Amino acid sequence: MSTHVHSSSTAHSVAPNSSSDEPLNYLTNGHTVKSWLLTLDHKRIALLYLAGVVFFFLVGGVMASVIRMELMTPGGDVLYSPDAYNRVFTVHGVVMIFFFLVPSVPGVLGNFLLPLMIGARDLAFPKLNLLSWYIYIFGGVSALLIVLLGGIDTGWTFYAPFSTTFSNSLVVPAAIAVFITGFSSILTGLNFVVTTHTMRAPGMTWGRLPLFVWAIYATSLIMVLGTPVLAVAIALIGVERAFGVGIFDPALGGDPILFQHLFWFYSHPAVYIMLLPGMGVINEIIPCFARRPIFGYKAMAGAMLGIAVLGFVVWGHHMFVSGQSMYAGLVFSFLTFFVAVPSGIKVFNWTSTMYKGSVNFDTPMLYAIAFIGLFTIGGVTGLMLASLGVDVHLHDTYFVVAHFHYVMVGGTVTAFLGGMHFWWPKMTGRMYPEIWGKLSAIVVFIGFNLTFFPQFLLGYLGMPRRYYEYPGEFQVLNVLSSAGASILAFGFLMPIVYFALSLKFSPKAGPNPWRATGLEWETSSPPPTENFASTPVITTEPYNYSPEDSERAPWDPFGSTTPEEVAHVG
Amino acid sequence: MWNFRLFPEQASSFAGRYDFTFWFEVAICLFFTFFVSLITVVLAIRYRRGSKVNRVHPPTHSTILELVWSGVPFVILMAMFAVSAVLFVEQYSSPADAAVIDVVGKQWMWKAQHSAGKKEINELHVPLGQATRLHMISQDVIHSFFIPAFRVKQDVLPGRYTELWFRPTKVGRFRIFCTEYCGTDHSAMGGYVEVLSPADYERWLESGTTGVTQIEEGKKLFTQYHCAGCHNENATVRAPRLEGVYGKPVPIQHGEQVEFVKADDRYIRDSILLPKSQVVAGYQPLMPSYEGQINEEDLLKITAYIKSLALKSEALPTYVPEYDVDKDMPGARGSEAEYDVDKGLKPGREAGEKK
Amino acid sequence: MSAESATLPVGTIVHGHGAESSHGSHHGSGHGHDPNVAHQFDDAAQQHESVLLGMWSFLATEVLFFGGLFCAYLVYRTTSPLAFTLASQHLNVILGAVNTGVLLVSSLFIALAVRESQLGNGKRVNLYLLGTILLGAVFLLIKGYEWTTDYHEGLIPFAKNFQIPEHNLDEMAHNATPAGRFKLFWVLYFFMTGLHGIHVIIGLVMFGIVMYVVKKRTQTGKSYSNLVEVTGLYWHFVDIVWVFLYPLMYLIHPITGGGGHH
Ligand code: HEA
Ligand code: HEA
Ligand code: HEC
Ligand code: CUA
Ligand SMILES: [Cu+2]
Repeated sequence: MSTHVHSSSTAHSVAPNSSSDEPLNYLTNGHTVKSWLLTLDHKRIALLYLAGVVFFFLVGGVMASVIRMELMTPGGDVLYSPDAYNRVFTVHGVVMIFFFLVPSVPGVLGNFLLPLMIGARDLAFPKLNLLSWYIYIFGGVSALLIVLLGGIDTGWTFYAPFSTTFSNSLVVPAAIAVFITGFSSILTGLNFVVTTHTMRAPGMTWGRLPLFVWAIYATSLIMVLGTPVLAVAIALIGVERAFGVGIFDPALGGDPILFQHLFWFYSHPAVYIMLLPGMGVINEIIPCFARRPIFGYKAMAGAMLGIAVLGFVVWGHHMFVSGQSMYAGLVFSFLTFFVAVPSGIKVFNWTSTMYKGSVNFDTPMLYAIAFIGLFTIGGVTGLMLASLGVDVHLHDTYFVVAHFHYVMVGGTVTAFLGGMHFWWPKMTGRMYPEIWGKLSAIVVFIGFNLTFFPQFLLGYLGMPRRYYEYPGEFQVLNVLSSAGASILAFGFLMPIVYFALSLKFSPKAGPNPWRATGLEWETSSPPPTENFASTPVITTEPYNYSPEDSERAPWDPFGSTTPEEVAHVG
Repeated sequence: MWNFRLFPEQASSFAGRYDFTFWFEVAICLFFTFFVSLITVVLAIRYRRGSKVNRVHPPTHSTILELVWSGVPFVILMAMFAVSAVLFVEQYSSPADAAVIDVVGKQWMWKAQHSAGKKEINELHVPLGQATRLHMISQDVIHSFFIPAFRVKQDVLPGRYTELWFRPTKVGRFRIFCTEYCGTDHSAMGGYVEVLSPADYERWLESGTTGVTQIEEGKKLFTQYHCAGCHNENATVRAPRLEGVYGKPVPIQHGEQVEFVKADDRYIRDSILLPKSQVVAGYQPLMPSYEGQINEEDLLKITAYIKSLALKSEALPTYVPEYDVDKDMPGARGSEAEYDVDKGLKPGREAGEKK
Repeated sequence: MSAESATLPVGTIVHGHGAESSHGSHHGSGHGHDPNVAHQFDDAAQQHESVLLGMWSFLATEVLFFGGLFCAYLVYRTTSPLAFTLASQHLNVILGAVNTGVLLVSSLFIALAVRESQLGNGKRVNLYLLGTILLGAVFLLIKGYEWTTDYHEGLIPFAKNFQIPEHNLDEMAHNATPAGRFKLFWVLYFFMTGLHGIHVIIGLVMFGIVMYVVKKRTQTGKSYSNLVEVTGLYWHFVDIVWVFLYPLMYLIHPITGGGGHH
């Protein structure tokens, strides 16, 4: 278990031809490929995850672009074959969910920030952390190989008996890939849970944890408790398909509804695995840019735990017209409405956090404001889907597609981008170009709404999802959606480009350009390998901002004043 | 491309109520969306950096407020639950007088059988104003039967019957979609419901058929599959007579005990495919399994026949027009006639032109 | 030093290098740091707590993993009890019981090993571990024997020679049970006992490694009790899973009137 090589090399080796006399940070501490691929430093592993999720986002994004191109016209004229289309949306869903969104915020920001925020040197199990990344990459690369070898066409939901008996695609290998990737989630969650419990610096009580940590903690609980059930469901699909025993296929004596129960038992909580870390990010951004303590800390932490727990009892709302009993439908619908209460608390408390604040509209804040609006739309349309009689018409139409893109893209992806802008200076030691940042936030917001709002209308009009061809009367709205998607694609490409360029061309960021509270800002940017010179001791409450003081100090994160000057006017 | 509409057509007795509930919920959602957006933007701008406002002691929490914005939405949420649950329960409870049409889904088409013997593929003719219940099963994977203009949808499962009912209120052609992903041609698995006035429907039922009803076909199959050899009067095998079985409780031997099971469609289906799974008390399990030998469509026909044996004396719950359309419902024949749930048929636009 | 650093005004730079020496009490840079404690931990207590909590979290995952399978088992057993009973009667109750005993004793050994490791008695730890490994091997041998018999009786649903015995077919036919469920029992049986078997094998390999580490560390005087304790926890879990599997698979009560064939 001992990992001494690591820290001692930090302390003793002085890079011989380091360009200045700057102390080593985690980025400069070792330049070999090996020093990256075998690193046990949570911050480097976070960057490994960043590479992974960006790559898979582009893969999923290319698939999304193909989908939108195909749907420009009612006929099938881009892909020439429904089978190809079916593979494309399946891969889009599988890649975006399992290989992009689930690992995105936890893998990148969670890994990077959790130890910094609680004043620890690293996660509790650094080797396990690296292993999680390798499992993730292994699963993802296998998934891509499967795509190249012929793909899979079941939709990301793998419904039996189509997946077990009828599909001619590579269901078993894909199931194995998802199964393996599940372990990455489980191990990450486990690591985070233990770290939060045992690695907090002196004085970092549960009541002082940054809400991002609470979010990651709640997420991790779901990862540990939910993912194994998906693993079982997927494994049983594999067994049924490989050996022809009737577990889910009624022709063999099985029950297809059982599969849906097992699948959604994981996959509904999984949507909160995707959402909560995003909420965590917003919890950090808003107080910082409103320069005041977050409104209702306890309610905010409790709400996230509440969402995580309630998330386990509502899975049946995906199955209102599946043939489960009417009473099951009534119970699941009823329970689903409870999730809206903690979600509402979060939304209202965020807005209240602006009251009497001193609000700055930098890129992270723009993304956070966009998040509030888009998540609310996604959330309330979720409630319409949770409404039994209303869902009967909307189920499996584009209304559902619009709902989940609003929460997943408008919500989590927006939060992820906001978080990346917020912590970019910390992670890389460089600012990003603010003009471009603001522009990207606006382009993403417009493009996003143009892409997905028309889909609500399409769904209400009755256009089913997973359709390769559709009746001509739906074309206008589809064209709008496709047009929006190209703006959105542009909006997403912008940050990728200017973040990359900023590494070379942007001004250096001080340790704390936003003058934020939070332990991560108390160490240099980028942080040294061991995070803190000595274990910090925490004596203050979180979000210890003062709007009045902020009004008096210049707001200049982008560097016409030097970092030192900024530090002193705080 | 330009023939698009912003609202789906309303063509069933649900549609109006559905839309009412839908827009009621949309109103709630819009309210909260605007409310949240408005507060966010107003507060952000009012308290923007540099504006001259009071920033003394920003409150860090307020239990009262938090209770308010948990409690008020909660009440509204329960209202949303209640209205939509009522709608749902209604969608589950088909009226007793509903006419039944059998529907079989298979990759990638819908097949319908009317009791009068008419069969159709990817089309479904139904009479205006008549409560109609679809009795559905899939031959392969899960499909889902969806008529947007009626606001009804139900998954169609293999190995198990599911049902869906509606009462059409508008003459015309409305789309059917398959909404559960079912493989290659999922998006092509659709068609039309054709709502006809009762008279037209009657004419349609009679046109182009051999005049053989579903029951008669079932009877033929009953002999063809040698069921009759055992189940008819002078059979050598001791098998139960099937007259009067349907809809009644049947004694089933369960080890030592005897349990009563209601002989519904599912029971009949299981008796044919898995005869050993429920052996009638007092009989030997001699009946062979027909699994894999009779397809779903024939099963439905045979079931219809067995049903008819039971119901010979009673009224058949199938569509039987008892009225003189021209006399009772002037205008019903026109293609634009509409059905008002409360008042019955009312003349459509073409009514006046009728001679 | 540490107390100030957190109370410094926001934005103060805390540089991580140069200043500190190897005396930094919390900072894990080689000397001064307890060699038994990995660099990310402050002290042995924190490490102990983390390692145990880590294992418990892992076991929570495992519980849900097996839990999903037990759920599927229960669903099908309640819907077709006869098929499960009949299938279960092909299992050898005695061998199952012996195996339960074997695992229980091995758990006892592990508990003793943990105790000895806390007392720092490396030799005895390894003795108990060896005992556990042997018992685990016995368990696997018995299981292997059972599986071979199952194979010869044509009860392995993944094998070509799988066949439902005639008298079982008849009995199910007489009693309203779809025969597919008979096969399903065997699928679940092999899936679950197989998965359990894999856990046993992993446990045994782990104990082999632990023995090696214990031996090494006894020589260098380093601590190994955490390692023994977490692997021990794992083994208790493996044991408990079997305690559920045994009655569910082997001891299904014969239903009245059905009449067993063994
Ligand atoms: C990040 C992902 C995410 C999140 C957070 C959510 C959140 C919610 N989802 Fe969503 N959902 C998905 C991802 C997500 N969902 C996906 C991927 C699918 C499709 C799967 C597939 O079939 O492929 C899906 C499908 C789906 C369905 C099934 C639809 C169908 O197939 O017919 C339902 C039905 O109940 C549903 C409901 C909800 C609800 C009630 C919430 C709630 O958590 C939302 C709560 C939030 C709010 C309500 C907003 C804030 C609250 C207020 C401002 C308070 C006041 C409001 C009121 C009183 C109205 N979702
Ligand atoms: C995190 C999850 C996530 C994300 C981010 C997205 C992002 C997008 N999705 Fe996705 N989507 C899902 C999850 C997600 N989706 C899921 C789960 C399904 C259901 C699948 C199923 O039914 O099984 C689905 C289904 C789905 C459909 C329905 C398909 C159907 O039912 O037939 C559509 C249609 O418009 C769509 C569109 C889009 C678009 C336009 C984006 C855009 O936001 C994407 C924008 C991004 C880009 C466009 C990338 C930018 C880069 C480039 C364009 C090129 C550069 C390339 C290189 C350099 C190599 N998605
Ligand atoms: C070899 C003789 C035989 C043939 C052929 C046969 N059956 Fe049967 N059937 C039986 C016997 C014996 C029983 C009573 C025992 C049982 O329930 O299995 C029975 C029971 C039934 C029942 C349940 C009756 C009740 O009272 O609940 C139905 C329904 C049925 N058969 C329909 C059919 C149909 C439809 C066919 C042809 C497709 C068919 N049978 C062919 C012998 C036969
Ligand atoms: Cu049938 Cu989709
Ligand atoms: Cu859900």
